[in-house]
Amino acid sequence: MSTGLERQQIADRLAQEFRDGWIVNLGVGMPTMCSNTPIDTDIIYHSENGVIGSGPVLPDGQEDVHLVNAGGQNVSLKPGAAIVHHADSFAIIRSGRIDVTVLGIYEVACNGDFANWKVAGANGGGIGGAMDLAACAKQVFVILEHATRDGKPRLLAQCALPVTARGVVTTIATNLGLFKPMGDRFLLREIAPGVSVDEVRAATGAPVEVAVDLRVIRTL
Amino acid sequence: MARRSKIFDSFAEAVADIPDGSSIAFGGFAYPGVPFNLIRALLDQGAKGLTCITNGTGGAAADRMPDIGMLVENGQVAKVIAAFTAPTRASDRIPLTKFVDEGKVVAELVPQGTLAERLRAAGAGIPAFFTPTAVGTELAAGRETRRFGGREYLLEYAMPVDVAFLRAWKADSSGNLLFRRSQRNFNPIMAMAAKLVIVEVEEDFVEPGAIDPDEVHTSGIFVQRMVKIPPPPEGLWPGRRPERVLKS
Repeated sequence: MSTGLERQQIADRLAQEFRDGWIVNLGVGMPTMCSNTPIDTDIIYHSENGVIGSGPVLPDGQEDVHLVNAGGQNVSLKPGAAIVHHADSFAIIRSGRIDVTVLGIYEVACNGDFANWKVAGANGGGIGGAMDLAACAKQVFVILEHATRDGKPRLLAQCALPVTARGVVTTIATNLGLFKPMGDRFLLREIAPGVSVDEVRAATGAPVEVAVDLRVIRTL
Repeated sequence: MARRSKIFDSFAEAVADIPDGSSIAFGGFAYPGVPFNLIRALLDQGAKGLTCITNGTGGAAADRMPDIGMLVENGQVAKVIAAFTAPTRASDRIPLTKFVDEGKVVAELVPQGTLAERLRAAGAGIPAFFTPTAVGTELAAGRETRRFGGREYLLEYAMPVDVAFLRAWKADSSGNLLFRRSQRNFNPIMAMAAKLVIVEVEEDFVEPGAIDPDEVHTSGIFVQRMVKIPPPPEGLWPGRRPERVLKS
């Protein structure tokens, strides 16, 4: 069986959902890879630490030590960028001005719940800005490997881990395809090249409906 | 009688009288704006039973600058209030975890925007507020919520603190502060939430009037003590932030 898309290819597919002029917040890890995708849209990237309008990560020796994104990477600023303090940065989030947040997660359910802050048995967690973003962004895209390292599904009927927010996920991108949570099932909108619908169903912990206009993901 | 200068000669002098049991907010996000020199001075000063308010406690990277995790390891911390109290990856390790697991340190996990707004509210004279963040999660279990306009919100309380440690780019001798780029982060709101604000400053102090009033990020009315960071190696000047190292 094909394992489908590489990590950058998953991010590329999701980044093609961005629309011109959107204010986008990318989570740490795979979501940040969406900023590598060559897309012909004008995006304003927002980071939790108050950077509005960041550009690419700068190479060694060219970094500005006063400037990082939410992942702590030394980024640049695009013309027109602005800096605000943390309370204003989250005012932007809570007031619904973020068009989409892209979050790396542990698991997602077909009712739109997802979990990404606490692993099983942990005494504490790492929430960062994820709960604010998940509760308040206009759309929540999540990006993840379809199965855990030991082959268990991460697209589920119900989340097993403590949730980050309920019923908020609008789009899911995995190595096997592009999905939409539909309440009691996942809608498979697009499928990775070389992967069959039966393979997707076998790897998913909830019913999968296949879109009538199912397409194969076009890799860049 | 002339007012006492806000400019202190050393970090040790600036933190000398911080009592045991203080609540201290630490500015900074990743490296920019972290008061590394003041944290190091507090490690030497030794105050105990502290409540530390911070985005994260640090220590996931191999090459550590002074961080809250070191205060924890030094036995100075009773409680941590942070947006990260455990690593987000199961394979990562942070120093705080062992102390929380052994019951030596209490960790209160707060979503980052709620942490910022609790500090902002404290500095703004607002005792509590409602936020949509964390509704329906484990963090909201058993807590007061209220519906406004058909949506459920969670009651959160302001978080006033005794002391704030900040790092700024420029300051005048009256305490007006400028931060550079993402160095600003939590620093201005922590300044307003605290009774005693101590700032490490990167550039030489300038005379009042040398900073345009329109440019000031934090008014000097919020600032009590400042120390100029000496050049390296005596002063701590972080460079590029090291990539996180996964430790088993």
